[in-house]
Amino acid sequence: MKEIRFHGRGGQGAVLAARMLAIACVAEGKCVASFPMYGFERRGAPVVAFTRFDDKPIMEKTQIYNPDCLVVIDPGLLKLPTLFTGLNPNGTLILNSSRVFEKQPNENLKLAGVVNATQIAVEEVGRDVPNTCLLGAFAAVTGWVSLKSILASVGEYFGGDVLKKNLRCVERGYNEVKVTKWQ
Amino acid sequence: MKAKQGELKVMTGNSAAAYGAMLCRPDVVASYPITPQTEVVEQLSKFHADGILDAEMIEVEGENSAMNACAAATLAGGRAFTATSSWGLVYMYDAVLQAAGFRAPVVMANVNRETPGILAVSSGQQDMIQTRDAGWIQLIVENSQEILDTIIMAFRLAEDYDIQLPVMVNYDGFYLSYLAEGVRIPAREDVDRFLAVLKSQPQRTILDPAKPIGAGSHGILTEFMELRYKHCAALERAKNKLDEIDEEFGEFFGRSYGGQIEQYRMEDARFVILTSGSAVGTARTVVDAKRAKGLKVGLIKLRMFRPFPQEKLIKAIKGKKAVGIIDRSVNFGWNCGPIYSELRALTPEIGNMPMLSFIDGLANIDITKPHIERVIDDVYQASQGKSYQAVTWIPLEERE
Amino acid sequence: MAIKKFSTKYEAAWSDADQLLLCLDTGTWRTKRPVVDKEKCSYCGLCAIYCPPQCMITRVDFFEPNLDFCKGCGICAKECPRGAITMLPEGDFTS
Repeated sequence: MKEIRFHGRGGQGAVLAARMLAIACVAEGKCVASFPMYGFERRGAPVVAFTRFDDKPIMEKTQIYNPDCLVVIDPGLLKLPTLFTGLNPNGTLILNSSRVFEKQPNENLKLAGVVNATQIAVEEVGRDVPNTCLLGAFAAVTGWVSLKSILASVGEYFGGDVLKKNLRCVERGYNEVKVTKWQ
Repeated sequence: MKAKQGELKVMTGNSAAAYGAMLCRPDVVASYPITPQTEVVEQLSKFHADGILDAEMIEVEGENSAMNACAAATLAGGRAFTATSSWGLVYMYDAVLQAAGFRAPVVMANVNRETPGILAVSSGQQDMIQTRDAGWIQLIVENSQEILDTIIMAFRLAEDYDIQLPVMVNYDGFYLSYLAEGVRIPAREDVDRFLAVLKSQPQRTILDPAKPIGAGSHGILTEFMELRYKHCAALERAKNKLDEIDEEFGEFFGRSYGGQIEQYRMEDARFVILTSGSAVGTARTVVDAKRAKGLKVGLIKLRMFRPFPQEKLIKAIKGKKAVGIIDRSVNFGWNCGPIYSELRALTPEIGNMPMLSFIDGLANIDITKPHIERVIDDVYQASQGKSYQAVTWIPLEERE
Repeated sequence: MAIKKFSTKYEAAWSDADQLLLCLDTGTWRTKRPVVDKEKCSYCGLCAIYCPPQCMITRVDFFEPNLDFCKGCGICAKECPRGAITMLPEGDFTS
């Protein structure tokens, strides 16, 4: 089983990203469970989304305390003191940022994929909606789900022109993510 | 004859509730939005707008009207569905009592959330507990598939000629309402087939202009007592009826849930933990882990809360060494968990054994694996004759 | 039973209103910022009337938002009869 934790702010599409990932996993025959947790439902409020997938049905309904992968949609959230708490050894991070890491931010973090999803989204969609781009980066860095499945899952939520733009975001995230590895 | 497998779709618990209701072809849907239930109303409205749901959608100004409209619709012979949560459930309280007293077979999804008193937009079973004396059948489910399936079974149960009682299907707000999982959607014709038996039953008493009848005439003295007696007797019948329906559902759709309770690894268990709702899922994984370490613990999932499955619980727990109950609510006045105190009432039949109450998961607090590990350890110690704490408010405890 | 020291102060759900409430930094919620074109502004005051946190500051002949509290909801821009207010991404203003 893999446990992924998304960190974002209300309005950035964290919950939607977790949902799309769930759809992609199910399309590949996996079992999945995904849910968000937030306080007050408003733009800008911190949002966390928890996604688990496995080959067999997922029983646990708790939040995720030992993620295998963190997806951080708002770079400001890197300042969160509890962000890396409980990260599994050999942990992965997918980050929306314009800058790559100079040094390893946490000893359990062995793999990081950084992509300027905000810039890509603004270029392709015209708005700061970094979630679909980050899903592309996630597929590329982890290899846990295929690009094809992610693209199909995005299609469940958008249509027409908006869909085309978001699909481009996914592909750019997949192709342009910069990967850093640590021992 | 078996049902088709059904399309697999990723959806939230709320969406599953809407699908379950839609598939049963309700005649009337009257519902008012409230977090964490709102998506149920939105999805049903979407089904209606898309022509998938052919129901009278009554846009009510509040939950009180919603329940009155639904109860009245069923008394006129129709099928009605609504959904609510906490504050909404409390706002419709007099109508909820009316529906039960009238024996109006409404089906309602209640998304568990903390009740008024402390403003909390968060999960908790207090709203279900608050309504336990309303005379409704109350069921509690563990995951999105079970939400959809149980709503179908709820209509079958509510409208059964031998029952004729409203049914509330409870599921945890946030932890289940917003949980997206893969759910198999039964084919509509298969749901029609499953519910078709209701048409072959005698017609229940309904409002019909061609045959005038007084509705809600007040009872007095022994007449009143007779009606209460009949109501209680119907609740009793609902126990076996649910088991039968669950078995039929399993044979037809390929999924069954155990009826009143599900027993997990209970055959050779020496001590037991009991809980309900989403926490059951997590408890399964912890029970497996403890079993792997040699602890003979068993888990009981409480699915039917009203009527309280006395016989099943007595049979399951009698002879065990200790039992711990995790409640997601409080029993004001008894200073313990409510389901715990109801189980305690069965001590003469179960036998004297340590019974431990654990209160957890209020107001979105997560019932985590370490919490459940602690529960199992405490109940184990008690089963070994060691001293134990009767009531534990897990998150507030001083221990790490 | 040992309960750890309570973090709540009162018996019921009261909360202190003298400090935190009036100093809630709603300005950090913003993802878009209203920018007022002083030339277009006719000082009609509609933006100030509609502003939910009431944070429009009067200057001599135009209004501008108090950025400590402006949440970026955009109601002022929508209601301005002169189209003098534009909502711009907050990111444009940060380094």
